[in-house]
Amino acid sequence: MTPAGTLSRNERQIAFGLSVALSVLGFGMAAFAGKGVMAVHGAMALILGLFLVFRVGGRLYEGAPGIERHDRYFDGPTRFGVMMTLVWAIFAMGIGVWVSALLYWPEGTPALPWTSFGRLRPVHTTGIIFGFGGNALIATSFYVLQRTARTRLADAISPWFVLIGFNLFCLWAVSGYLMGSTQSKEYAEAEWYADLWLVVVWVVYFTVYIRTLARRHEPHIYVANWYYMAFILVVAMLHIVNNLAIPVRWNGADSFTIWAGVQDAMIQWWYGHNAVAFFLTSGFLGMLYYYLPVRSGRPIWSYRLSILSFWGIVFFYIWVGSHHLHYTALPYWVQTLGMTFSVMLLVPSWASAGNAIATLNGAWHKVRDDATLRFMFVAAVFYGLSTFEGSFLAIRPVNSLSHYTDWTVGHVHSGTLGWVAMIIFGAIYTMVPQLSGRETMAWPRAIEWHFWLAVGGTLVYVVSMWNAGITQGLMWRAYDLNGALSYSFVESVQAMAPYYLIRTIGGGMFLTGAIVCALNCYATFRSAPYMAEPRDVPLRPTPAE
Amino acid sequence: MSDDPRLNPDPDADHEIDAHTGHLEVDPVTGYDTTGHDWNGIRELNTPFPKLALWAMILTFVYSVIAWVLLPAWPYGKDFTRGLLGLDQTEMAVESYRALTADRSDWMAKFEAGDFPALQADDTLMLPAMAAADRLFQDNCAACHGADGGGGPGFPVLNDDYWLWGGDPETIAETLHVGINATGDDTRFGQMPAFDWMERGELSALADYVTALPQGNADADSEGGVLFADNCSACHAEGGIGGMENGAPALTDQAVIYGQDRASVLETLRRGRQGVMPAWSDRLTEAEINLLALYVANLSKDDVEGQQ
Repeated sequence: MTPAGTLSRNERQIAFGLSVALSVLGFGMAAFAGKGVMAVHGAMALILGLFLVFRVGGRLYEGAPGIERHDRYFDGPTRFGVMMTLVWAIFAMGIGVWVSALLYWPEGTPALPWTSFGRLRPVHTTGIIFGFGGNALIATSFYVLQRTARTRLADAISPWFVLIGFNLFCLWAVSGYLMGSTQSKEYAEAEWYADLWLVVVWVVYFTVYIRTLARRHEPHIYVANWYYMAFILVVAMLHIVNNLAIPVRWNGADSFTIWAGVQDAMIQWWYGHNAVAFFLTSGFLGMLYYYLPVRSGRPIWSYRLSILSFWGIVFFYIWVGSHHLHYTALPYWVQTLGMTFSVMLLVPSWASAGNAIATLNGAWHKVRDDATLRFMFVAAVFYGLSTFEGSFLAIRPVNSLSHYTDWTVGHVHSGTLGWVAMIIFGAIYTMVPQLSGRETMAWPRAIEWHFWLAVGGTLVYVVSMWNAGITQGLMWRAYDLNGALSYSFVESVQAMAPYYLIRTIGGGMFLTGAIVCALNCYATFRSAPYMAEPRDVPLRPTPAE
Repeated sequence: MSDDPRLNPDPDADHEIDAHTGHLEVDPVTGYDTTGHDWNGIRELNTPFPKLALWAMILTFVYSVIAWVLLPAWPYGKDFTRGLLGLDQTEMAVESYRALTADRSDWMAKFEAGDFPALQADDTLMLPAMAAADRLFQDNCAACHGADGGGGPGFPVLNDDYWLWGGDPETIAETLHVGINATGDDTRFGQMPAFDWMERGELSALADYVTALPQGNADADSEGGVLFADNCSACHAEGGIGGMENGAPALTDQAVIYGQDRASVLETLRRGRQGVMPAWSDRLTEAEINLLALYVANLSKDDVEGQQ
């Protein structure tokens, strides 16, 4: 379904105007900057703008879609978002396998600046967090919002603006790193104009979410929407505060952050940890709270636990960033607060994990038979495991062993592979047949293959990194009888070789599964009848009821 | 009265009646009633808050309050609560550093004076000391000189018999102290100037001569030989035999760190060379430097024995 196919004439005119504006913005950036990263990014925006100008402009005066579209959900943006989710998944997981292979074969990369580890690694993290995770969050949030509010999205332009704008941000970020442009803040490496652009996109996102919610036909707001809204609102706050910077020139990509010294480190990890909390947890809990009960056909086990979990997560998470800075120049008292709030966060986190698993009571036969539901079950289990691990690693003496080791990498991937990616795949396999007007995916057996590749890959990855991290930590702190270090640093690096190799294999398995998923989704979308209607309960109750 | 809705099925309690069916729905699996809402088929059960979760939460709160009482925790004004244990992480770090230093001071102290012959004679001391020196070498030197001291392009080999500045422990310790072409005033200084002013033909002839030196068939009367005597022998010694311990290598022994093939020699002649070794006196203690000097001297044991 094309953007123009579902837009009214008036909406197409607005879309045309926005496309022209994007082209002008891109041309302006390219012309103003003249050379360098910003000029390339301007050219990218110009090309995208011109593509949209022709795409929308060619259909400007075609017939309008019927008024009955207002009785249906608006799922075009969700479909596009799902496709972009899978494109970013394959791209960024592929880069992830590449950089992990570089740790085993350091010379296994062409001697070009853009293929160096330092440039590729943020491409992996940004591509996964923002490209894969972000597109999945936006796509599912529109889908869940409309169904739980029983209303159509408030307008047809904003969702397209959000998704296209967001993907432009991701593209700017990732291509900038490859060209050597970074503001050197982990998970926030994109330069100042990309950050400003994301603020615009995010404000539109929040606005369309609130406007749609205000039109709901359900008296109460379903808990999934609370989690999605917390994600949107807090990510806006984190993004703006962490990225406050002064550009060196208005026509160049370089900038200086306004934060300095230990405050900079604290702001960075306040951002960094809450990116985990509100980007990679809160929004995905929204996903869990919708797709798990829908797929299992079971009611949420406890309404009260879901509320406790929401307020607990929102209140406690925002304090815990300082646990990334144990034993540093950060004052001890800030570290104590970060540690204790991390521990208090455990029960609210487990409340959601436990709630999800208890919801499956009465549906265990479905978990056994349905790989899609099993994805979501495994996601809930890994969510419980990694939140426990997170609280545990935040305890200061534990952190003295784990910090700076590959245990951290293992912990992050138990969360991102085991929890975030699994719940995304569960949501995709629930949603894609629905969006295609089909009963099942095109290749139902392939879901089973994907499931075992994903679970196997995650376990291989996480177990090898646990071993690697604990080995490193113990080697670094070992002294011999004479009070001298037992191992040099390079010996601890050499000891990592087998684990790095095994980790790369685990990542490769996970990537293979994601490719199977993308092909399956492609086949499903391809086999959908033209202008397929989602198989959904009607938007409005039929009068007979 | 229990707060468990299974035991207290009161339809007028704080939950709502299903808008579609008009009566309260009870989930057959768990026995709990629903909250009465329906979102796209999703319902929620009115399950009471599990006692276990409540106790677990209280436990984490108690842990936190104890931590706040014992440790530095809450800010107020320009100060913060110090905690009953009175811990200060700077003091703790310094103390543990001192404790580690004290732990090895009994044998480390013997290396401070740098009486190398006496140290080398003491096997009971040298055996554990060289193990510690190996880690020092790996952590500080191996990045350039290789894990086994085998060197690399541009970085001297330390496990052979060829030395630019001398290979006995005293000289090595001195090199470690001051560095080569380092930032301090007393640094060792060595520079191969660029001979970019030479004619192309002269460079070519000189390169032929220098390339032939290790093979032993260099002709001192050739154009290159004459140029070498005029321009190079002041540092590299007559016939390029080196040994002047001024940083200029012997050119007759195939151990030149930048390579002695024709292309490398031409590159060296045109652009010059000036390798850098940093000074370590600010980063390592006196004892550590002496330890390393002995370790590096041992890497080329034959050489040390040859001198004795």
